[in-house]
Amino acid sequence: MTATAVQAASSPPPKAGRETRPVRSAPDVNAGRRAVQASWRYLIAAVALVFALFPIVFIISASLNPLGSLTSSNALFSAVDAGSYVDLLSDPAHPYARWFGNSMMIGGVTAVATVFLGACAAYAFSRFRFKGRRGGLLTLILLQMFPQTLAYVAIFLLLTTLKDVFPILGLDSQIGLIMVYLGGALGVNTYLMYGFFSSVPMSIDESAKIDGASHARVFFSIILRLVAPILAVVALLSFIGTLNDFVIASVVLTTPGKQTLAVGLYQFISQNFSQNWGVFAAGAVLAAIPVVLIFLFLQKYIVSGLTAGAVKG
Amino acid sequence: MTGQSLTEAPPRRRRESHATAWVRGFALKLILLCAVNALGLYGVIAAVAVKSWAIAAFLAVALAVVDVCYFSKRMIPAKYLIPGLLFLLVYQVFVILYTGYAAFTNYGDGHNSNKQDAIDAILGRGSERLPDSLSAPVSILERDGELYFLLPSDQAGQALLGSATTPLHLVDDAVFEGSQPTGLPGYTTLEARQILAQQSEIGNLAVPRSENPADGFVRTTDGMNAYTYVSTMAYDPTADTITAADGTIYSDNGQGNYASEAGERLEPGWKVTVGFSNFTSIITNKSLRGPFFGVLVWTFAYAILTVVIAFALGLSMALVLNHPTVKGRRILRALLILPYAFPAFLSAMVWQGLLNSKYGFINQVIFGGADIHWLESPWLARLSVLVVNVWMAYPYMFLVSTGAIQSMPPELEEAARVDGAGWMRVFWSVKLPLLLVSLAPLLISSFSMNFNNFNSIYLLTEGGPLENPTDMAGSTDILISFVYRLAFGGVNRQYGLACAISLLIFIIVAGISAYSYRKTKVLEEMN
Repeated sequence: MTATAVQAASSPPPKAGRETRPVRSAPDVNAGRRAVQASWRYLIAAVALVFALFPIVFIISASLNPLGSLTSSNALFSAVDAGSYVDLLSDPAHPYARWFGNSMMIGGVTAVATVFLGACAAYAFSRFRFKGRRGGLLTLILLQMFPQTLAYVAIFLLLTTLKDVFPILGLDSQIGLIMVYLGGALGVNTYLMYGFFSSVPMSIDESAKIDGASHARVFFSIILRLVAPILAVVALLSFIGTLNDFVIASVVLTTPGKQTLAVGLYQFISQNFSQNWGVFAAGAVLAAIPVVLIFLFLQKYIVSGLTAGAVKG
Repeated sequence: MTGQSLTEAPPRRRRESHATAWVRGFALKLILLCAVNALGLYGVIAAVAVKSWAIAAFLAVALAVVDVCYFSKRMIPAKYLIPGLLFLLVYQVFVILYTGYAAFTNYGDGHNSNKQDAIDAILGRGSERLPDSLSAPVSILERDGELYFLLPSDQAGQALLGSATTPLHLVDDAVFEGSQPTGLPGYTTLEARQILAQQSEIGNLAVPRSENPADGFVRTTDGMNAYTYVSTMAYDPTADTITAADGTIYSDNGQGNYASEAGERLEPGWKVTVGFSNFTSIITNKSLRGPFFGVLVWTFAYAILTVVIAFALGLSMALVLNHPTVKGRRILRALLILPYAFPAFLSAMVWQGLLNSKYGFINQVIFGGADIHWLESPWLARLSVLVVNVWMAYPYMFLVSTGAIQSMPPELEEAARVDGAGWMRVFWSVKLPLLLVSLAPLLISSFSMNFNNFNSIYLLTEGGPLENPTDMAGSTDILISFVYRLAFGGVNRQYGLACAISLLIFIIVAGISAYSYRKTKVLEEMN
């Protein structure tokens, strides 16, 4: 999901968000024909909306159902009650609040650190000319084709070894998991940011340097502020990617209290599928709300191909 | 602006800002570097303490590089690249290389460790109780997940402590009850209830009496009394053979096992490189070949069908809705992309509930109580994962198609219309080719993403259903979930084979991506 989102963001062609300039149809269409034309469009839109939304409506309804089983959830909104939410947050058998906190913490730290590492690398690639620059960029693209998901066996074995030396970086450690995610911080993010950094004119750096700014000052005080939109995009994509990760998190984290939402909720729902449904639904709704909000907010940037830059060269 | 200010202002400003910024910046850098050095040195010491020479060497080199780079006035690009590169090296490059290495080994259950560990385990397992050995009362202690035996010793006030990895040795500060040592500071003494809960671990625990395996092991069967066992196997280091009590000689068979001439192998074995045999076994091993190629074909079908169907749906929706006669396009679009915004791991689980054959919404409400085995019968399960994945993927296609359509110059359509083309003709001959030019890279990257879309398979069906419980692969397994099954799924973990298949996936995806990058000329844009 995020991989494609990143691709969307990095590729310039789909420049949408121009609601103000839609394709004009031929001007000789009369009002009646327009209404007919529009009505079949609305019909298709309605079908698409039902297909798109019914699972989401279903899960919201199930989370509010007082009986909380899968069968009872089929009567949509037959009864409304917050019991599942109370159970979700109070029953110690499933430490939902911990999972939620863990996911937010791991996702947040990973996102911030990813942005920092990626931005540093992008600054180096876009502002300096050094030996191996082109090779370095190419290598990053190649490495990114080997997703970490594919290497979870090796990651598991690496963390098993690390556990003997540095328990804090080994298996069943959240810091260890964050470190693994940061291994993927360069790669696609650097390439994405590199394009954006390069659109900030060098003349800005040069004038700052004439005023006596060091390269670090140019980076932290000037460039980072000018590329803020791309930093936000990378941070949010990284956050969503981390939140969605199941494989690596399930391989690395084994103690229930340390697990993330994806792993914890999956194991919870696997235990007693039908009976736990209402509580799971409540957990799913609570987990989805922040992500959906972030996503709808971010949509503008993804679709507009990141044209919202501060300075365009 | 006067001449005076022009000549005076710049030096003053530079002196001020430069001095304060320099001092503050340098202090910050110094503190950070001190912290990094302290952590790094601690790491080196910790690694040396457990004799992990490779980790120690890597850390020492990394630390040296960091210090040289950040204290030097030159190498400015390196200052910005090193932090990310270090993570990349350990958690991406090393992990890839290790996957490559493990693909050529027999790593897995029965071949987990090195040869010495295998010898120790064989000698420890094939043991019998010494007939004249006295029993000694034992206390079982635990620390950091490792179990220890605490036994009385001949020395007054001292006790013997040992674990599976550390032979028995004297300890001073044990807590005694009568003559029996019962506890040791820093260790937890297990109570009867806990001993019962860990019965099998305790029963399998063999604590060496000394560094020499010939001295035998201490074991307990009941968690109360310990007995001395000696190995019935004898290891001959010069000939590198193991001799059993009945005189059978087992020698290193070159494949990570001791085996007799009759071919009987002693377990466990150890990890050795086995050349290409993991790769060739995909072809030659009949029980693997069928499942592997079935999974391979399904993986391609799944990824291609997902992309094609999702793109067709998304593009149709974009064409239908992106029209001036449709009011509320913005709201419609926001609602339509909700499935894409909904976290993917949750979507799969929600659909698992919807498709549940007994209680699910689809069967109960839409099909009026029918008993359709959406996730339990092979072909329906394939259909289900496809539909669910399309549900998750088409809003993205809708988004990018809308963008591409809107960025298309309207003159093109007008020109085609003037030339007498109908809307079908306009679509097939003008719009679609142009759209494909701009969207092809996205479609290809979406393909490679779905090729490895572990979540949408595993969280929905776990790769199942299995037609027979002994099958190696389930009906909906794609390569990446098949790898998971091999590595973590059953009783027989085959890391080596799993890594070999991971490598194959990489080759396939990299080949397709390389093709796409060439097509989209990303490489040319880079300068």
